[in-house]
Amino acid sequence: MKSYSRITAIKDTAREADQFRIRAIIGFATIVLALSALVARFYHLQVQRHDEFTTRSEANRIRLHWLAPARGLIYDRNGVLLADNVPAYRLEVVPEHAGKLDPMLQELGAVVPLSDDDIEHFRQLVAGTPRYDSIPLRLHLSEDEVARFAINRYRFPGVDVVPYLTRRYPLANEFSHLVGYVGRIDLADKAQLDPGRYAVTTLVGKIGIERYYEDMLHGEPGYERVESNADGRALRVLDRIAPTPGKNLYLSIDARLQTVAEDAFVGRTGSAVAVDPRNGEVLAMVSVPGFDPNLFVNGIGHSDYNALLSAPEKPLLNRAVSGNFTPGSTVKPFVAMAGLGLGVRKATDTVFSTGEFHIAGQQRAYRDDLRGGHGRVDVIEAIARSVNTYFYSLAQDMGIDRFADYLVQFGFGEKTGIDLPTESRGVLPSRDWKMATQGKVWYPGETVIAGIGQGYWVITPVQLANALAILAGKGERRQIHLLHATQDGFGKPQVLQPIPAAAPSFIKPADWNAVAQGMIAVVNGDGTARGLGDGFPYVIAGKTGTAERYSRTTEAWQNIMETAVDRHQVLFEAFTPAESARIAVVVALEAGHTGASDAAPIARKMLDSWLTTDAAAGIGVLK
Amino acid sequence: MIEQLIWRWRERARSSVQHARLDWPLLGALFLLASIGLSTLYSASELNLSLVVGQGSRMLLGGMMLLLISRIPPSILRNWTPWLYGFSLLLLVVVALLGHGRGANRWLAIGPIRFQPSELMKLTLPMMVAWYLHARPLPPRWSALLIVAVLVGVPALLIAKQPDLGTALLVAASGLFAIFLAGLGWWRIFSLAGVMAAAAPLLWHFMHEYQRNRLRMFLDPESDPRGNGWHIIQSEIAVGSGGLFGKGWHHGTQSRLEFLPEHTTDFIFAVFSEEWGLIGVAVLIGLYLFIVGRGLWIASNARDTYSRLLAGSISMAFFVYVMVNGGMITGLLPVVGVPLPLVSNGGTSAVSLLAGFGVLMSIHGHRKLVSR
Repeated sequence: MKSYSRITAIKDTAREADQFRIRAIIGFATIVLALSALVARFYHLQVQRHDEFTTRSEANRIRLHWLAPARGLIYDRNGVLLADNVPAYRLEVVPEHAGKLDPMLQELGAVVPLSDDDIEHFRQLVAGTPRYDSIPLRLHLSEDEVARFAINRYRFPGVDVVPYLTRRYPLANEFSHLVGYVGRIDLADKAQLDPGRYAVTTLVGKIGIERYYEDMLHGEPGYERVESNADGRALRVLDRIAPTPGKNLYLSIDARLQTVAEDAFVGRTGSAVAVDPRNGEVLAMVSVPGFDPNLFVNGIGHSDYNALLSAPEKPLLNRAVSGNFTPGSTVKPFVAMAGLGLGVRKATDTVFSTGEFHIAGQQRAYRDDLRGGHGRVDVIEAIARSVNTYFYSLAQDMGIDRFADYLVQFGFGEKTGIDLPTESRGVLPSRDWKMATQGKVWYPGETVIAGIGQGYWVITPVQLANALAILAGKGERRQIHLLHATQDGFGKPQVLQPIPAAAPSFIKPADWNAVAQGMIAVVNGDGTARGLGDGFPYVIAGKTGTAERYSRTTEAWQNIMETAVDRHQVLFEAFTPAESARIAVVVALEAGHTGASDAAPIARKMLDSWLTTDAAAGIGVLK
Repeated sequence: MIEQLIWRWRERARSSVQHARLDWPLLGALFLLASIGLSTLYSASELNLSLVVGQGSRMLLGGMMLLLISRIPPSILRNWTPWLYGFSLLLLVVVALLGHGRGANRWLAIGPIRFQPSELMKLTLPMMVAWYLHARPLPPRWSALLIVAVLVGVPALLIAKQPDLGTALLVAASGLFAIFLAGLGWWRIFSLAGVMAAAAPLLWHFMHEYQRNRLRMFLDPESDPRGNGWHIIQSEIAVGSGGLFGKGWHHGTQSRLEFLPEHTTDFIFAVFSEEWGLIGVAVLIGLYLFIVGRGLWIASNARDTYSRLLAGSISMAFFVYVMVNGGMITGLLPVVGVPLPLVSNGGTSAVSLLAGFGVLMSIHGHRKLVSR
């Protein structure tokens, strides 16, 4: 302690030591004070409020009991129910109370059948959930199963039959692709969902509208604070925060039009889409064949699922947004519009069709459909009679770069952004696209066949319908969509979705008139679908398309030439009333004879149906 | 031959006990505390022996660290200090770049060993502050304070970013204690406190959303009975239902059951309180107080400034653990992830705490040697 004798330079060590001792004492006094406060707090809780906490702890225990929100309903634009909630019963297990899970599952399986799928789902959820939470094991019990379990209930502590709301799709197959379906939450879903919001939710949207608008449809869970005894049995509910149901959705679809379209396919595979060009609302969207979405809701069986997967017609494929079609001649009005818009052709310019078209210096012949050709044709006749030579030469004169730059304005080669998951982009042929995807240079011949919608060009029906709606709307682009209105709950007012603003038109009225006259002539003049407009009160503008499914150089083509009548993908597009369109329809069949013979009648049936269902049907330009 | 070996071994053992630089009262208190910790852990984990054995073996490792460090003279520790500090800081940066952990980057994995560099910083930061201050005239001037602020602030921010707000605050606190013990003038202390109070809203800005929620819940636990508020309520029920004498070892119903979160780690004090009541709490807090007091006594008797500041800040930081954890489980303070020292389950924390007491032992054992 006696360090005075030592010489320290600047520092006064002794003074520092004293200083430190004072500080240490002050520090210690503060600590004693703080810890006393802590002990006082313990005293307050453990002595003064002991009885209160004992009551809350020993005799009764409060647990939170989650309440699942009801999923929003889905309707068509007129209130036809497309997706409904119905009460059902499911088995739930609280692992903490259930004892050893393996023997329990074994025994339980003898009372209520459990599939491997049920058990696997259950095990996954057990691994990722606290042991005191209730976990669904089997959904949608039959009455018989509920009764059988009730008799044996005493053997299975921690297992219970619980009521819940399951999903039902009353119009099953017809809206399977569009509305989609919900299914049991799996691990992949769990990773993406908010665990708080989905704590007691069993079903989540998997495809279609159910998936796209999951967030709106789900709602917010509520909870009850429940007093339970030492065994965890509920004694009474202390308070209750009700769950908020999900929003009801009204789709822009008209179920009547949808039904007519679906029925018109009579066993063929394909898709039909109808759009209102004035606001971008989709009035019908059909993909045939459909399937029964009700099968998926409570867990689809392996045999049912394999049957759907292996069916040659691919019922699970949503052809409207994911089906890839070669557009063929249906793109000719758009190509013609490009020629006029870019100034490559005037409406009065003509081309002489001899039946064959040659690129200078090349042997290969690009053919017209009519042997010997159509003679001299202008743009109107070229569209009306689908004269290939006109478009070969037009595409060649435009060049692929200008061609692609112009046509992208109709949304070709891009997703439409419709409110559905899994939309395909299709392909708009271009030099850049080919280099990016295939790493190859562009050949002039590819430009020529792009002019008639062949070669690399791929569309989805919804993409073509979107393009047609832009054309019918005289160049005004509007976001096409399915959601018409939302509703906060039963009896609440509908909230209409705002109509998307249109981008300024890129089409000159004179050009539009020329192309529209061509399309009117297709139906009403000497065109490829002549007679289709007979008896229809409005002027229909349309265009047929018949796209070869196989290259003419392959053996498959030879076979199909000899055996099959339906050897093409056939399409038809139409809008009416031509001057101020209120509906634009696209029909695409995977196999057919010609667009005029197979696809156009389906479109006509849809237009007839629209006449009888459209609320605004007296307005417009009658013939 | 063998007898000779045994004799020699016995002599060596006797001499090392006699000359061991250990503070036996402190060591005894720590041993008692660790025993209480393990038995509480056994009860809280629903008699999970392997958990207790795991924690016990980590405590043993910590004990060996304690013995090892107690042999190192403070002067050598002092010479190593900048390097140790730099090394810890480097590890923190590495963690920030590629740490492992659920949601938070706190752990570094070296082969099978996982540890938190922030725990190492708990020890090396007060060493660094003591090292910096010991060579300077005391009480420290503003310029020295600025340097200390940087020495403390950089690692604290890195830890807060992990995010581990509890540890960041503890690390920062141990630095501040060193300054306080160095004799910083009172009005400077108060103006610093004022600046920090003014900067508190800034801290809010840097917090993660879950940390903000914890603060909100602290102010009104009933408002979120499904989340953090629920934990506070359940913890209070556990503590309060313990009463004066407690429900007895392994008879706590509230705490071992589903109601209490993290009941082997951050909330283990609630388990203890429920099972041993106010009497048990008083004994435990008394034990902690003794350890802190003994630490400060060792600090006061240390020979040089470095040892004094270091021993003092280690002891006072130890108190902060107890205070924050106890305040948290009784709803007195917001929920921050701070373990109850030597009781909560957690390896790195136990090892680093015992290593810190190794430093205290070294300072105590070498107090009679001239170290300057």
